[in-house]
Amino acid sequence: MASTSATTSSDALRERFAALARQGRKALVPYITAGHPSPVLSITLLRALEEAGADVVEVGVPFSDPMADGPVIQASSQSALAQGMTFARTLDLVHEARLGVPVVLFSYLNPVIAAGPGALERAAAAGCHGILVTDLPVGVDPEREHWLGSGPLAFVRLVAPTTPDERMREIGSHGSGFVYLISRLGVTGARDDVPDELPSTLGRLRRATSLPICVGFGISNADQARRIGALADGIVVGSAIVRAAGEGIPVAARLASELRRALDAG
Amino acid sequence: MTATRFGAYGGQYVPETLMPALEELEVALAAAQADPAFTAELDHLLAEYVGRPTPLTSAPRFGERIGARVWLKREDLNHTGAHKINNTVGQALLAVRMGKRRIIAETGAGQHGVATATICARFGLACVVYMGEEDMRRQALNVYRMHLLGAKVVPVTSGTRTLKDATTEAIRDWVTNVRDSHYIIGSVVGPAPYPRMVREFQSVIGREARAQVLAQAGALPRTVVACVGGGSNAAGIFAGFVDDQGVELVGVEAAGRGLESGHHSASLTSGRPGVLHGSLSYLLQDEHGQVHPAHSISAGLDYPGVGPEHAWWKDSGRGTYVAVTDDEAIAGLGLLSRLEGIIPALETAHAIAWMDASRGRWTPDENVVVCVSGRGDKDVAQLSESGILPA
Repeated sequence: MASTSATTSSDALRERFAALARQGRKALVPYITAGHPSPVLSITLLRALEEAGADVVEVGVPFSDPMADGPVIQASSQSALAQGMTFARTLDLVHEARLGVPVVLFSYLNPVIAAGPGALERAAAAGCHGILVTDLPVGVDPEREHWLGSGPLAFVRLVAPTTPDERMREIGSHGSGFVYLISRLGVTGARDDVPDELPSTLGRLRRATSLPICVGFGISNADQARRIGALADGIVVGSAIVRAAGEGIPVAARLASELRRALDAG
Repeated sequence: MTATRFGAYGGQYVPETLMPALEELEVALAAAQADPAFTAELDHLLAEYVGRPTPLTSAPRFGERIGARVWLKREDLNHTGAHKINNTVGQALLAVRMGKRRIIAETGAGQHGVATATICARFGLACVVYMGEEDMRRQALNVYRMHLLGAKVVPVTSGTRTLKDATTEAIRDWVTNVRDSHYIIGSVVGPAPYPRMVREFQSVIGREARAQVLAQAGALPRTVVACVGGGSNAAGIFAGFVDDQGVELVGVEAAGRGLESGHHSASLTSGRPGVLHGSLSYLLQDEHGQVHPAHSISAGLDYPGVGPEHAWWKDSGRGTYVAVTDDEAIAGLGLLSRLEGIIPALETAHAIAWMDASRGRWTPDENVVVCVSGRGDKDVAQLSESGILPA
């Protein structure tokens, strides 16, 4: 595996968002569960999403107990695990897909710990540019947060509607790449509305950080993409893409194209 | 050691959405503990509603068999039949103080679900209990009890359909309804401040037991024994003796079909540190960090993790952790029933079985205190349907 240099991995996200800002465009960030619908189809799916206009892709490392995820991502995780997916095999998929857009690993903490001390370097070498850890909020484990934040990958942190202003500033200063704003209380899963409090949460977060902000949780259709894209720097679409991928790669690609058009038209 | 940890263990590995709720809970807990009115109300409820103090009962025939003076701490005599209610009363009082009128709980054997539904009925709180489908089958009577008490029981069909998945599902509910709901975790697990808070509410077991054994036996015990799933009854009774360096603390895990079989729940005995449900502790997991399904004949011990304070006690040598099999536990249940006229829960029976297997460890004048965490009535249907009558 060819190794990218230690600094370029995390820089890729910054450059991507800077380029989007220059063009006045918003980022489309689809999520897939590695190994779903199958390991081979994951690679096809990643390429199809890039083709459809994704700016960044999030690749989920499946976990046995995904407490922040709703039924669609739970089911995709269980299916991927049943097909033998692991942290290491997730990296293999990313490597094999050879995408031209930045890749952010999306994981629960335990599989990352189990992958061992060299995990971040191996991920960078496989073609990952960032990492997001669902169950590692800012400040809870300084040692592991330092490890994740000082390696070759951008360390993407999450902000929730319940996060107070002071904590938003702390999160902004401890993350890199972009900030992932959870649009609503609850677990992942497709919805068709835009939460009332989202504009005010986004406003609070804007004042707390200069990092790009991508909004996720519950985004599934073009109307939401347009409305949220008008406020944020990008949108993350998880369950809707995963569900579509379960129906067929072209279905997921069509959804990504629709979202792309909605963002660009917005 | 910080306030959120026991040595390296514990922590708050949760989705960001829950962080403010954990802080709110910490603040409310500290304020409550400093408020004499809270303590007075808790003590009053424990006495008048739960029926505390529970007795420390001598067990002469079982004691003669194992060659020690055995004392049973009778948590089975609490209202609802197990130690679980000590914690639910405390947490429900806290929830009311925080203005949260909707309660979420997970349950394995159903004892914690019943204890939560009970206190919610008493306080007029809405109650939603998540329970694995497999456990609902094993513990149908407790499901009926929860319904009687006005709780909603939600079957959990994901994963292994047991306590682990019920806990995950309860956390999902809490993430969704965090602003108006309080999650009453049933054991010394989960993110801080839960492990410490639940241990605090359960430590009434150890405080009473220590005073009782001094009064009734005239000495501290050589050994205190309790079963360990998540570890709340053990943490509660150990808390009373942990500063008495001469008292050995033994936690008995479920070895299921045998440690070699891979079908067990012995996280401390054969797991390794990992993160599940918000804390770092010993965990049954594969080499890739995926959580390994637990097995135990006893639904209350059927959990792949364990409280972080037990992990700390294990590493520091303060606690000793052992494991006994399903079959040994069934024999232990039969033993205490026949020798003392007390049918213990299958969970408790693990502790009894270890004591029986440790005959010769004590001299006849040494005292051993064992926590009878619950009564066995909930288990007899399961055993009789399986045609099991312990010899």
